[in-house]
Amino acid sequence: MTEPVLSVRGVVKRYGGNTVLDGVSLDVREHEVVTVIGSSGSGKSTLLRCVNLLEELDDGQVLLDGVDVSDPRVNADLARRGMGIVFQAFNLFPHMSVLDNVTLAPRVVHAVPRGEAERNALDLLERVGLADRAGSYPEQLSGGQQQRVAIARALAYSPRLLLLDEITSALDPELVGEVLALVRELAEAGRTILMATHEMGFARQVADRVVFLDGGRLVESGPPDQVLGEPVHPRTRQFLRRIIDAGRL
Amino acid sequence: MTSELQRERLAYKRSRSRRSTLVALLSTAVFAVAVGVTIARAPGWPRVRQSFFNVEIAWRSLPAILEGLWLNLRVLVVCGALILVLALGVATLRTLRSPVWFPLRALATVYVDLFRGLPLIILLYLVGFGLPALRLTGVPNDFVVLGGVALVLAYTAYVAEVFRAGIESIHPSQVAAARSLGLGPRQTMRLVVLPQAVRRVMPALLNDFVALQKDCGLISVLGAVDAVRAAQIEQARSFNFTPYVVAGLLFVLLAVPTARFADALGRRVERRQGGR
Ligand SMILES: Nc1ncnc2c1ncn2[C@@H]1O[C@H](COP(=O)(O)OP(=O)(O)OP(=O)(O)O)[C@@H](O)[C@H]1O
Ligand SMILES: [Mg+2]
Repeated sequence: MTEPVLSVRGVVKRYGGNTVLDGVSLDVREHEVVTVIGSSGSGKSTLLRCVNLLEELDDGQVLLDGVDVSDPRVNADLARRGMGIVFQAFNLFPHMSVLDNVTLAPRVVHAVPRGEAERNALDLLERVGLADRAGSYPEQLSGGQQQRVAIARALAYSPRLLLLDEITSALDPELVGEVLALVRELAEAGRTILMATHEMGFARQVADRVVFLDGGRLVESGPPDQVLGEPVHPRTRQFLRRIIDAGRL
Repeated sequence: MTSELQRERLAYKRSRSRRSTLVALLSTAVFAVAVGVTIARAPGWPRVRQSFFNVEIAWRSLPAILEGLWLNLRVLVVCGALILVLALGVATLRTLRSPVWFPLRALATVYVDLFRGLPLIILLYLVGFGLPALRLTGVPNDFVVLGGVALVLAYTAYVAEVFRAGIESIHPSQVAAARSLGLGPRQTMRLVVLPQAVRRVMPALLNDFVALQKDCGLISVLGAVDAVRAAQIEQARSFNFTPYVVAGLLFVLLAVPTARFADALGRRVERRQGGR
């Protein structure tokens, strides 16, 4: 059995006295798409930020390709180069054009010449349907368009692991389908993806595995049909019933 | 193709705006005449005009004052550039978190606290008269240079705080986004935080620039022959205050372009970020 791309082991994260992650363990293997579900405030974003080393862990480890990157002796900037993250709220750089947003990391972190970086960026923007907006500034784009630029930006340096934090929560249904297709395409191209989402239909269609986060713990994990169709844990059932009642499954 | 309705509406809007312009012109004219008549009929006016607005003396003192103003302008440009660079450095030092930088960070904090609180006039005396009195080798004895040093010391402290406020106003998510792309702390500061911070504090910076324009006139207390000093010399010669008014008006004229520039800058940012 090969080493998983990402291995989260007993991660604990507290904010003040509030324990948001309480010993979370999770593996993501190569080419695998894992979705994290859970109610609002359950710690999905926090988990992704911990994996991306944007938060300091209070306990546990994050391993990338078997290397413990949560070790304070490891250079977090280098470790992050293997990961791309798209945030829940759009975090494009408002003072840069769409094209500059996408080419920034390749140019300054990976030393790709500008011409080549821009050609790649335009290809990526084409794929997310925004090639004609390359010269626009983020504020001139709709929320959905901004999010697609953010995805293109995260893909621009071919990260080994893609972290997606509710990337569809601000998109209208038409665009959700488009982004869904994009994510599926990425999965088929061999990407390894860990994503948080509120969209159960999305999780069901795209994920190889679904994990349910509740009160800072992973209470259930398995194939989407099992976790979403025949959940065993009472908390999962309760959560899914609420979602079904809200008409979102 | 515009509809009949829209054409009619546009015509109405145009006639309204013509009417507004006319009303504004008329009311301004009436107001100006009323103020003019009131002032001209005031009992002290001839004396005021004689000692503040004497055209002949104004004309005679203008060359000397302009020459002085040229010195002010040169001081302004050199000091302005130095202040920008140094203030950015001090502000960046104050936002560094790594323990290696602790001594520099502490030094920057002490510097800002000290020079922001010190009255500029005291600083000018200390630097302008105090430093040369020490007779140390390498200390310049040119009052213009010494005055400039005092201005730079004082304004760097102010402007550093403006920059720091700008840096701290950038949402942490911007830093997170930059770091997640693999940018190091310095790249994040230079490429993501500072450009946004500078844009955000531009109005405050321009405001400080206007203040600096005026305070450049303070080097006259050291004896440098700038516009203020030149006016003082002319005033002593003619026993008339008109030279001061001339110098004052020139400083005001100098501040106007900065204000217009600030407006234009604001409009440009608006157009680029909010426009279609
Ligand atoms: N920087 C912070 N300081 C203090 N508390 C925080 C911080 N970030 C998150 N939290 C808390 O941690 C908990 C989990 O937040 P998180 O954003 O991970 O939830 P989430 O599962 O992503 O929710 P949502 O579905 O609404 O995005 C929340 O109770 C939140 O208030
Ligand atoms: Mg979240």
